[in-house]
Amino acid sequence: MDIILDNLPGLLIAIPLLGAFLTPLVSRAGDAARNIWVLLTVALTSLCGLLIASRVLETGTIVYTFGVQHLSEIIPPDSGGIPIRIIFTIDPLSAFMLIIASIVSFCIILYSLSSMEKLSGKDGFFTLLLLLIAGVYGMIATGDLFNFFVFLEISSLAGAALVAYRIDKGVAAEAGLKYAALSTLGGLLFLVAIGFLYVQYNSLNMAVIASRMNLTGLDIIAFVLFFTALAMKCGAVPMHFWTPDSYAMAPSAVTAFLVVSSQASLYALFRVCFTLYGGQINPLTVGWVMIILGVLSMFIGVTMAIPQKDVKRLMAYHAVSQTGYMLLGVGVGLAALSSTCMFNSVGMTALKGGLFHIMNHALYKGLLFLTAGVIMYRCGTRNLNQLGGLGHNMKWTMVFFMIGALAIAGIPPFNGFASKLLIYESTFLFNPLLAVIAMVVSILTLASFVKVFHSMFMGPKLPEYEDVKEAPAPMLIAMAILAILVILFGIFPQTVIDTLVAPAATALIDYHGYAAAVLGAQS
Amino acid sequence: MIEAFTLSTGFGSWNAVFWVISFAIALIIGWLIWSRGEKTYETSAEATASFLSGNAEPEKEAVHIRAGNLYWGYTDALSGYYRFIKPLHTGNLSDYFLAYLFVTALMLIVVVILK
Repeated sequence: MDIILDNLPGLLIAIPLLGAFLTPLVSRAGDAARNIWVLLTVALTSLCGLLIASRVLETGTIVYTFGVQHLSEIIPPDSGGIPIRIIFTIDPLSAFMLIIASIVSFCIILYSLSSMEKLSGKDGFFTLLLLLIAGVYGMIATGDLFNFFVFLEISSLAGAALVAYRIDKGVAAEAGLKYAALSTLGGLLFLVAIGFLYVQYNSLNMAVIASRMNLTGLDIIAFVLFFTALAMKCGAVPMHFWTPDSYAMAPSAVTAFLVVSSQASLYALFRVCFTLYGGQINPLTVGWVMIILGVLSMFIGVTMAIPQKDVKRLMAYHAVSQTGYMLLGVGVGLAALSSTCMFNSVGMTALKGGLFHIMNHALYKGLLFLTAGVIMYRCGTRNLNQLGGLGHNMKWTMVFFMIGALAIAGIPPFNGFASKLLIYESTFLFNPLLAVIAMVVSILTLASFVKVFHSMFMGPKLPEYEDVKEAPAPMLIAMAILAILVILFGIFPQTVIDTLVAPAATALIDYHGYAAAVLGAQS
Repeated sequence: MIEAFTLSTGFGSWNAVFWVISFAIALIIGWLIWSRGEKTYETSAEATASFLSGNAEPEKEAVHIRAGNLYWGYTDALSGYYRFIKPLHTGNLSDYFLAYLFVTALMLIVVVILK
């Protein structure tokens, strides 16, 4: 048992990778066998993720090295004192992200078992979906820059293929191509940035580089390349154009996990700013860049969402808008680092609000995309102009949609309110205009979802949807899990903050602790 | 126990359970007012029929307001903004690359100047 527990970080990647590549083989035994295999794979992976998170929150950062039995052996004798092995570094921030990925990945696989039932090519679909999940886990867990790049590419390629999965007269294929091309450019520039650091510091390990960082000209160029590649991957305005294209065309379960994939990029962005370049870059400058991107994302995201007729495209613009809140909260936290007094008064609260919003967004946005998927599954259209009166026959879906919609709009007592409250109050003291913009965006978000609610569920039964049925049980269960968490996180916000968010925020600013956990483990 | 439900923001606090209880009390008050209403009110046939200046009421299916008709006033009031912002979303991959590279170049200048 101990050997399994000690190797959980390795299993976190090994299980979904093995599961993915064996899926086509297991499929030969029938659809039921494949479904059980895929569900078992993701359940085990989620269990690994939750166990690791629990261990990290209990005992502190886990440093796991592939290929050695003892941590003291991770520097090969001929490496000149530089660790060259793949090292996973899982601190409370990574644990926080692992919990998000564990919950959402299980829900979307459960949902997909029903939602993909009528479609062909499911072997490839589930293989790619498990690869996407493995990629995201890898991005969160790794402490090595090149290894991060590899997992980023795995998730990007699997994500692009999944976006294009339905083809849809070429429109989905085009969206997949755009996602792949832009991800490739971002990945390429990310790789160039890694090269800039490697030639100077002879290491790919983030803790080692952070401890040796001198902020040379090359370091600054590398920082900008990291920053914009990851900001583009998380859909920050004005690099968000791929988001509505891809999110709208991907199957809904995939879209729900693409949100988590984007958040893994956001996590990496924060990791670069706070840990890799912690104490080196000017926090005020970079913090304000993040704030400006956040405000642009919030405002342009929501205003572009309101006139949309395609429900998934509308939700995709809202995903951009919500990413803005996270950038705003963490950006204020970063900018406040320039003054100890300001950080103590507003920075930490803003940081907690931004991080809490990542978790909340993954839950309610995942839920909303799944409800949109049910509509597509039952009615065959995403066009809001063609929908109406579905509340008569799809009561559970309607209730789940309402919970998600109220949460995203920041209406109490749902989880979105709790994180937005932290962001509003802290940003108001930092700069009142930012808080006003954030509140106006929330009002516009509510207006937008009132429109969607009315268009899909309200009104008389339409003749074409007279006999439309409620979603199948697995889809309802997946949505119910997310909906319950949205409510619980809204009713017990302080417990979630104390248990998960505060340790993550503390770990984010403690770049010395991150480096010490890795470098200390080597000595 | 109360602390478990109370979110402390550092500037104030928020308790979801109190909010839910207040909401439930408001609902009960609403229900009590409603239940004291006129019980002899006829809810069938002519009493509740819509009066449309003497015109016949159209079928319910024909009056569902579709999404395209909602928020016309909002989008019209902001038409200037939308005339600017919508064309930026061209759907052209070259423009996506351009926006990405533009932000990269701009940020490089900002970070170098203000480092």
